[in-house]
Amino acid sequence: MRLKLVPQNTSFDFFSRWKVWLGISGLMMVVAFASFMLQGLNFGIDFRGGTTIRTESTQPIDVGTYRDAIAPLELGDVTITEIFDPTFGEDENVAMIRIQAQADAEAVEAATITAVEQALQAVIPDIQFVSVESVGPKVSGELIQTAVIAVALAIGAVLVYIWLRFEWQFALGAVAALVHDVILTIGIFSELQIRFDLAIIAALLTIVGYSLNDTVVVFDRVRENLRKYKKKDLKEVLNISINETLSRTVMTSVTTLLALISLYVLGGDVIRGFVFAMIWGVIVGTYSSVFVASTILLWLGVKRDWSKPSNTAGNQFANIDA
Amino acid sequence: MLQIDTWKRVLIWLVCVTGLLLALPNAFYTRVEQSNDAQAAIELGNDTPELQAQAAEWPTWLPSSLVNLGLDLRGGAHLLAEVRVQDVYESRMEAMWPEVRDALRDERATVGTIRRQESAPDEIRVRISQPEGMPRALEVVRGLARQVQTLTGVGATDIEARADGDTIVVQLSEAEKLASDDRTVRQSLEIIRRRIDEVGTREPTIQRQGADRILIQVPGIGSAGELKNIIGTTAQLTFNPVVNRGTDPDASVGIGEEVVPSIDESGVYYIIESAPVVTGEELVDAQPSFDQNGRPAVSFRFNTSGARKFGDYTRDNIGAPFAIVLDDEVISAPVIQSHIPGGSGIITGNFSVEESTNLAILLRAGALPAGLEFLEERTIGPELGQDSIDAGKVATIVAFVAVLTFMALSYGLFGIFANIALIINVGLLFGLLSLIGATLTLPGIAGIVLTVGMAVDANVLIFERIREELKSAKGPARAIELGYEKALSAILDANVTTFITATILFAMGSGPVRGFAITLGIGILTSVFTAIFVTRLMVVMWFERRRPKTIEV
Repeated sequence: MRLKLVPQNTSFDFFSRWKVWLGISGLMMVVAFASFMLQGLNFGIDFRGGTTIRTESTQPIDVGTYRDAIAPLELGDVTITEIFDPTFGEDENVAMIRIQAQADAEAVEAATITAVEQALQAVIPDIQFVSVESVGPKVSGELIQTAVIAVALAIGAVLVYIWLRFEWQFALGAVAALVHDVILTIGIFSELQIRFDLAIIAALLTIVGYSLNDTVVVFDRVRENLRKYKKKDLKEVLNISINETLSRTVMTSVTTLLALISLYVLGGDVIRGFVFAMIWGVIVGTYSSVFVASTILLWLGVKRDWSKPSNTAGNQFANIDA
Repeated sequence: MLQIDTWKRVLIWLVCVTGLLLALPNAFYTRVEQSNDAQAAIELGNDTPELQAQAAEWPTWLPSSLVNLGLDLRGGAHLLAEVRVQDVYESRMEAMWPEVRDALRDERATVGTIRRQESAPDEIRVRISQPEGMPRALEVVRGLARQVQTLTGVGATDIEARADGDTIVVQLSEAEKLASDDRTVRQSLEIIRRRIDEVGTREPTIQRQGADRILIQVPGIGSAGELKNIIGTTAQLTFNPVVNRGTDPDASVGIGEEVVPSIDESGVYYIIESAPVVTGEELVDAQPSFDQNGRPAVSFRFNTSGARKFGDYTRDNIGAPFAIVLDDEVISAPVIQSHIPGGSGIITGNFSVEESTNLAILLRAGALPAGLEFLEERTIGPELGQDSIDAGKVATIVAFVAVLTFMALSYGLFGIFANIALIINVGLLFGLLSLIGATLTLPGIAGIVLTVGMAVDANVLIFERIREELKSAKGPARAIELGYEKALSAILDANVTTFITATILFAMGSGPVRGFAITLGIGILTSVFTAIFVTRLMVVMWFERRRPKTIEV
């Protein structure tokens, strides 16, 4: 017997309360945006400049001791956090020390790092500095800029691609879903104050890719069904299409989540934030391709008179000879 | 019906086998790495039985390219340096001054006496006592200019002179500044490379980034600080005439003179002439050695023109002190005892053996034309990298098993086909990564895991489609054919869009992010290939053999 997450033939009505769903999505976006404005993101040194030192010691970590050791150096804002992870061994006590960018220094202050290392070594003799990273404020400003451009470019490129392959309404629907996903992801990072660094930008772009993947599959079916059921109204066609692709949507989300969750649990703390962003993105992206992208498509309406009636014509790849 | 030409079948299997063969060395990473290292050492003429044995660990007829491990996995240091290109303007102007002075002196009749004024470091200001001679003075100074080759046009010269009241202002032209910046960065790059090569670490990455930045990544080095010690010093060595020696750092000095501290004696300052007699650029060799008292020193040798200048100067200034200046600090200021004609000498100072060795390396590799400013530095310990690799391995295996099990449970036999394709897919992914010499980073591992999760998507699309087609009661063969045909457009659209984002990530990202983009992008290519060619071939071959009346997907 086969494992079936979704019954063979479903006929859920996804649009009976479409205003409610759109409302919820809108509200969530507002909350996310408000959280971003009020609380701001917990930017890592990639975007803010400064230094992080990852230490490892066999002695249990007492944040107070660390703080006292560093305090005399007067480095301004210093955060010390202990890191726990199931992949650590018994005597592996890891802490992360973050020091803000020093006001006057355009470049990286090597003396600061040495001073901190010596101060800590004096208190905890067996301490090891497993990674030390410093980013000067000059570069971090540019990194923010590049990151924003990258996300905007990705969304723009996709807009154009879908516009070319489908119709502008589809493109708008897909992009609305993408913006929705990106805002909600930034929102949860701001709400939970998870460290936001360069890798998270990569995760954001991957979410854009994944969410799109999902949306495009639904839209592809919509396009096909629009030709097939010329008499049915748009809402019905959308419902049929989503129901037909539902099994695939769930299957792919589950396999992707299976892979991501194993990485989240076992992949170590260094990339946990990154993986978290992607897990969140897969969930939000799956939701948005149905409840945002398709709903917007329904709302905008779509051209019903496709000039070429055949199922496969009108898309340049359909006749590829495999 | 379900037909695939024989040549296509052969081609598909050939691609798979080639990909897997290319991926194979990565399964024996340390062994292959050692063998490759030994091979390289033998080629350099370092032939020993041990190396031969090591090289033979991996058969030569198998591919031996490996996926490079990024710094975050292998450990090492990363620096992003900005070259202070303006430094060069200053030294250019300094070198220009004697020329300008001599040219104007020859015109004393029209321009009167000349006097150099205080100015910004990147210009020379000269006041002339007879302002009515200004046109002639400008003409003379402009006559010193040389043509510059530029893309924008001919006729640009390297310096510009203008009048400011009774003062002539000489500056580098914009065209020359651009050309000089480019030269400076390229020179710096070359010198950094030479310095790092002298130390002899494996596979350093030294790249230019943007107009005036250099990215340096050296795996296996202890810390970014160590790396900075090797490349951070400009090692600008000059021999300057000494004007005076004192203890006042703010001593008033004449134009064209400067105060520099002594490296050993604290509180001692030398007033020296800014224009050097000879510079380190004219050195042909520098070696660590010992002076007559057995203290560490550095012996050096000048090229012919350097030797002549040095010889002339020592002949004319016997009894006067001259300063050996390294990066604006006086190493020592010996008194010239006699004419030194041979062009070789020895620098003594309070060196340790290590310092003298380092100084010799720096002098040999050449001076950096300009200072470096470090914008970013990262050190990743090898233990952390190893932890990440181990964690990544476990996570990938668990993800793999979970997805394989899930697919088999969901699609039965077809799920097994998809699983075989998935294994081939990851093999191909590693094969391609090795082939292009890509760098695997921690986010890159995440990209692979993500690929494992998403790669089945194409197969899922096809299988779901086949299920649907089966419902409309066509024969199994027709259903399979239609399933592939109709799912294709969705597969391509979905993957092209993801590929677009991967491309943008690759173009905009750096370091680890780029590593992620590469694995994601290649993962898309291989997963589309395996889904529409490999699984299809497997399904068709199975179908031909069994000819089932009904199929269950």
